[in-house]
Amino acid sequence: MASKPSFSSEVANLLHAAEGNPLQTCIQCGTCSGSCPVAKYMDQTPRRIIGMINAGMKDDVLKTNTFWYCASCYQCTVRCPSGIDIAEAMYALKRYTMWKNQYKEGLIGPTFSETFVKTIVRSGRSYEPLLAPTYIFSYGIREFFNEALNATNLMLKGRIPILPPRIKRLENFRRMIAHIIPIGGVE
Amino acid sequence: MKEYVYFPGCSLEKIALSYHLSALETTKKLGITLKELEDWNCCGATAYFHVDELLAYTLVARNLAMAERMGSEVVAPCSACYKNMYFTKQHLAEDPDLTEHINDALQEDNLNYSGSVTVKHLIEVFSNDIGPEELKSKVAYPLSGLRVASYYGCQILRPKKDHEDVEQPHFFEDLMASIGATPVDFPLKLTCCGGSLLISSRPAAYSMIHNLLYDAQRAEADVIVTACPLCQVNLECYQQQVNQEYGTQFHIPVVYFTQLIGLSLGIPPKKLGFGKEFLSPKKAIDAIKNIKNQEEVITQ
Repeated sequence: MASKPSFSSEVANLLHAAEGNPLQTCIQCGTCSGSCPVAKYMDQTPRRIIGMINAGMKDDVLKTNTFWYCASCYQCTVRCPSGIDIAEAMYALKRYTMWKNQYKEGLIGPTFSETFVKTIVRSGRSYEPLLAPTYIFSYGIREFFNEALNATNLMLKGRIPILPPRIKRLENFRRMIAHIIPIGGVE
Repeated sequence: MKEYVYFPGCSLEKIALSYHLSALETTKKLGITLKELEDWNCCGATAYFHVDELLAYTLVARNLAMAERMGSEVVAPCSACYKNMYFTKQHLAEDPDLTEHINDALQEDNLNYSGSVTVKHLIEVFSNDIGPEELKSKVAYPLSGLRVASYYGCQILRPKKDHEDVEQPHFFEDLMASIGATPVDFPLKLTCCGGSLLISSRPAAYSMIHNLLYDAQRAEADVIVTACPLCQVNLECYQQQVNQEYGTQFHIPVVYFTQLIGLSLGIPPKKLGFGKEFLSPKKAIDAIKNIKNQEEVITQ
């Protein structure tokens, strides 16, 4: 009888279909945490999160902000002596929590990423003004005014487009996406 | 005359317009043609990959398939676009089943991906294909005395591709030295600018920007030079907020490497997009003006 895969092997195999990530070979050296410029803002450091994954502490892992605070700088990945692609494991955890709709409350990353993808799927191009509502109210009144001031300055310098850009062959583009994700939730 | 397919990416259309303008001007001056990829779509930044990997590969593959029709080498000026294109190509090469699946979808747009195109970052065109020696021979106005912090950021170098040096690279400094500038010792040159954390975890991003600005100031840099639109926006446009947050007084201009190369080649600053920044890189432009005045050449 087939047994359910462990949390560790689930996460290890959640990336590039062709190859797994050797999470289980982690020797807990801490090079990743030492190299990570965001570690001090994370609920658990990268080293600890890998240890927790390997110990099967699924619920505890999923409720941390750790992977949503990863900036994808890959400093951990290039230095890991065990050849673990740690930044990719963070991506895997992001996707895992998106699919399960189970992530730490109050995070901006999941909503922002979802809005970003929806923008691209609709028009083929990114457009900053559509993304702003996902975060602009989250950092207090001072940051709200700072952000508005920055946007005004960028606008005055001709650095923000007035109208959202879109690709030409949009119909084909949408059919292409529907082919990949048949029930993609896109109108 | 050498030709490349050029994938500008969303940022270069507006927020990094000066990168776009200076990329086109400097390459033209050096006898290189950048042919813009026709009807390109967004590369996906980091967000596609957060949501769905298959969708992400498909969207990148569309651009690669269109690039194949136009030439053999595609160039991206943005580090995130470059990384996504480079590694999508690599993953598709390793996984023929995935490629077949994606090709089925690409047929909806009458495209086919075969993997024949090489992906390059714009800085590689200058540091490898042209090379510092050749560039040096074309310099009309060396940027003598200008102290530059050459900022690599992340995704030009990482993840690692082959046997290249990802801990102590110096191709960026070599490029800056070849146009007469003085590259300063900038220990954080490979450390992340915060990227999209500016949106999703702002306090973390501010601390990362603060560290970089502190390091550049400590090195007495006149200007930080980048090869990525996100690095430029984070370090320049949010410098005032970082000052507010940390009680600092940083005032360090942040420009694209193509803008400085353009100046040294004698291209008028306006054509290189100068004037669109928040913090004027006056020292860089003055360095050229002084020489030009001495030579009694009228600028612009």
